[in-house]
Amino acid sequence: MIRFENVSKIYADNSIALDGVSFNIQPKEFVSVVGQSGAGKTTLIKMILGEEKPSTGTVFFGDTDVRTFRRGNLNEYRRKIGTVFQDFRLLPHKTAYENIAFAMEAAGRSDEEIAEDVPHVLELVDLGKKIWNFPHQLSGGEKQRVAIARAIVNQPDLIIADEPTGNLDPVNTYEIVQILKKINDLGTTIVLTTHNKGVIDSLGKRVITMEYGRIIRDDNKGTYIL
Amino acid sequence: MFFTKLKRVIKSGFISFWRNGSVSLAAVLVMIVTLSVILSLVLVGILLNSTLTGIKDRVDINVYITKTAEEPQILALKTALEKLPQVLTVSYQSRDEALVEFKARHQNDELILQALDEVSDNPLRASLTIKAVDPSQYETIANFLVSYADQTQDQGKIIDKANYPNNKDAIDALSRIIASTKKLGLSLAIIFGFIATLITFNTIRLAIYVSRDEIAVMRLVGASRAFIRGPFIIAGLMYGIVATVSTMLIYWPIAKWMGPITVDIGTGINLYDYYTSHVFYLFGVIILISLVLGAVSSFLAIKRYLKV
Repeated sequence: MIRFENVSKIYADNSIALDGVSFNIQPKEFVSVVGQSGAGKTTLIKMILGEEKPSTGTVFFGDTDVRTFRRGNLNEYRRKIGTVFQDFRLLPHKTAYENIAFAMEAAGRSDEEIAEDVPHVLELVDLGKKIWNFPHQLSGGEKQRVAIARAIVNQPDLIIADEPTGNLDPVNTYEIVQILKKINDLGTTIVLTTHNKGVIDSLGKRVITMEYGRIIRDDNKGTYIL
Repeated sequence: MFFTKLKRVIKSGFISFWRNGSVSLAAVLVMIVTLSVILSLVLVGILLNSTLTGIKDRVDINVYITKTAEEPQILALKTALEKLPQVLTVSYQSRDEALVEFKARHQNDELILQALDEVSDNPLRASLTIKAVDPSQYETIANFLVSYADQTQDQGKIIDKANYPNNKDAIDALSRIIASTKKLGLSLAIIFGFIATLITFNTIRLAIYVSRDEIAVMRLVGASRAFIRGPFIIAGLMYGIVATVSTMLIYWPIAKWMGPITVDIGTGINLYDYYTSHVFYLFGVIILISLVLGAVSSFLAIKRYLKV
């Protein structure tokens, strides 16, 4: 589904973010990417999203080179990917409902679909009672659940979760991981980056370990080893 | 789908205008200042124009005709003058008409009326009053009068005296003042208009700068450029509409207060009467400026944040 072929990224200041990275992610896989800060995890994710372009090498989504997406296609491509970030990235002036509705509107879904799906997906992440709350009226865990609801509402092929538990307490971390696992069980591919050893060890799924822009380990049922 | 999207964009624009209350208020206030400056410039321009027209209207050349001149000769001179492209109007006052007007003007002055009765013949002269299209053209007209007098010398002297040489300096000075006032007015209008526009543009840019993270999130969710940009442009238009209505309302009492003053200082129009009778015209001008300002500022300001 996603294929990195000898991808390197060198920024203008000559710092190397990725150095000859190659790997393959199959549909329905749950892959964790671990590594210290600066190991290249975020650059890797930006490349999948088309936010950054490789200096050399190619990133494929299916059979398509991500670099070849132009403006219009890039929007459509991004609608196939749900994103969840450490800092939640919700729209602050929109309610939980409107944040999720916005992603559906952007994807061109009808008003009826939106009215039906948004409450449903908020129920799914256990936020049915906070549907009209603004982000600043929600706790960290609740915000992250809204972000996950937004990520899954368009039924994407892939969910990218970049340090989703970085700002959360252990209880919320556990719950978010359980939700991600459930989504994966339903057939969505998940790429997760994290620092959290507990999360990785409890998952028992594939782990890619990075250091200085290189992949130093790729275990099918891995644990957090650094 | 197009109308659904349009509806969503408009709704989203209204909501963000309302929810970003403090930012909207700041943008509207700055826009009110801009529109006030522009409206003031428009009104001052109108007052200035009317004042200058009034002054120009009062400038004329009086040609006094000799008592011996026959009426056909005078009318021939009048026709010749009217043929000049520089001449706007020529009005003829006969000796009898001059006498009637003189008496009417001094009807309360017994002494003058008695003196007039004692003079058997009408002592007043007939006259032609010439108004030029533009004050700077009086010299040409005066020259024409001199050459006309030369050409018709054989028919006897018609022109007794023209008052142009006496008024020459005043008319010249006035022409210069009118020309430079217009230039100064226009330059000031352009400079102030430009500064005010720049300030509004920057305020809207600031309002959108505040939302740059939001725009990045919208891009990540896969929203198209038009779908992200639309609500900001709607909000920009809202700034314009609210600011225009506020400015027009603020100027109402100001115009009312200024009305009698503008009459007293001799501008020739009552500002309040002008304001009330031209309210739709002024509203139209201001709202057009504000809508263009709001929409274009938003459109340009958001551009750099869309490149994610």
